[in-house]
Amino acid sequence: MAETGNLSVPAARRSNGPGLWSNPVTWLRIAIIVGILAIWEATAASGLLYRDVVPSLLAIGRALAKLLSNPEYYWHLSVTAGEVGTGLVIGGLLGLTVGIAFGASKLLGKSFEPYLYYLGPTPKIIFFPIMIMWFGVGPGSKVAMGAISCFFPIALSAAAGMRQIDEVLIRVGRSFRASTSQMVMKIYLPAMRLPVVNGVRLGLGVAIIGTLLAETKLSNRGIGYLIIQAYSLFDMPSMYAMLIVLFIIAIGANALVGRIGRFDAIKQK
Amino acid sequence: MNAAATTRKFSEQRFLPFTLGFGALVAFFVAVEVLIRIGVISRYIVPLPTQIFAAFERVIVEEEILSRFRVTFVEAAIAGGMISVVGISLGILLYRFDLLRRATETWVAAMASAPTVLMYPLFLVIFGRSMWTIIMMGFVAGLPAVILKTLEGLSGTRRVLINVGRSFNLTPSQQFTKILLPAALPTIFVGLRLGLIFMLINIVGVEFLINFGGLGQLINDLAERYDLPGTYATIFFVVLVSVCFFIFTEKVERWLRPGT
Repeated sequence: MAETGNLSVPAARRSNGPGLWSNPVTWLRIAIIVGILAIWEATAASGLLYRDVVPSLLAIGRALAKLLSNPEYYWHLSVTAGEVGTGLVIGGLLGLTVGIAFGASKLLGKSFEPYLYYLGPTPKIIFFPIMIMWFGVGPGSKVAMGAISCFFPIALSAAAGMRQIDEVLIRVGRSFRASTSQMVMKIYLPAMRLPVVNGVRLGLGVAIIGTLLAETKLSNRGIGYLIIQAYSLFDMPSMYAMLIVLFIIAIGANALVGRIGRFDAIKQK
Repeated sequence: MNAAATTRKFSEQRFLPFTLGFGALVAFFVAVEVLIRIGVISRYIVPLPTQIFAAFERVIVEEEILSRFRVTFVEAAIAGGMISVVGISLGILLYRFDLLRRATETWVAAMASAPTVLMYPLFLVIFGRSMWTIIMMGFVAGLPAVILKTLEGLSGTRRVLINVGRSFNLTPSQQFTKILLPAALPTIFVGLRLGLIFMLINIVGVEFLINFGGLGQLINDLAERYDLPGTYATIFFVVLVSVCFFIFTEKVERWLRPGT
């Protein structure tokens, strides 16, 4: 969200310098990972915690292999992907429209943007009972949760992007007597694509969270449903395996959209 | 152009947007009320706005919303305290040990973008269906922001201030408490503010999901009883609490960082 600031690491600090294996950073990273895995395995073997709360790495590895070779898992993954994607499209288009309107008109922006700004950081999952009443217990309510979650960051980013557009570009469009749709398609959207991509990146993250949380609360399909099923059956290795895959997918999707934005920024320069 | 004219223009600039925004909100509620009364919107899906406003008193008195608020507040206070102490300490640790920082900073940033709230079933197994599951979920959600911003604040201390400290022959601990910490404080607070917002979102969300604790549980309870006006009124109340919290932290941030 625009109001949650930038939590990324500056590019200059991301570099580890030349020579991967001669770099002490690489060795420290390996040491930390090995240390964590050793502590994990020791805890699993010690029986200090309830059985299976910390399963052995081998058990998690087996569960991960079983999960990834199970076609049913991919069906559930496709259901969640479909819900997240649909939610992102609906929430994104709404957010983009509202953001462009608020960014284009000072009066509209000043009148309504504070509501978006302050409603953005509220916990969206509490709207789930309302979404169930409106859209039923099926995928509709999950799509709605995804849409409502991503609407705010995309709308706020689009409004901010609109205000950053060079006035000259807008005057050029008007001097060519461009219609509103032409202005949006030919001037506004190309000029504000970087903030919009950033908004979509943030929106995608919260749409994934909103949809999956809704699935864990009430659903009979999707990854969220599988996670809560694993919890109910106390199948901890499967739960860890699913969480690992989910985190990789979520962080990977976030990084992919971020990379698109960075690639676009480099091309612009 | 005098001061009175400037003040009038200023108040007009603020008055019109406020009136339009607030007026549109009131018009929306009136329109929903009318559409429900004439049967366009089912009252079994959306309760009358007048019923929702009437439900506030019932929710406050019968459902003891204030004591629920206290429960959420206690959870948030414990998680907030833990985030502050652990987050700032880890930020300082990473600042002190550059190698450790270079090795782990990207991991902390990745953790900040990870959907950690989805680990709540795991936390349920570890901590049980108790207050600690909620507190720990809030803690995990808010921690990366505080670590990263503490690190950013300390690293961003102007070189000239550090040199002044050195010229006065300050000890490392004096250098830290007299120069680095005061200079980094505004940025650290930005991190704390972000962390506390993430924490509050997660605490209320997990309360709702595991049906335990304060305000989040109340929404779940009322929804399961199909008390529509009560559910909507409680959601309004939670949104109001979140907005007030957000505004309060924003004011403190502006006080610490004048001109932002």
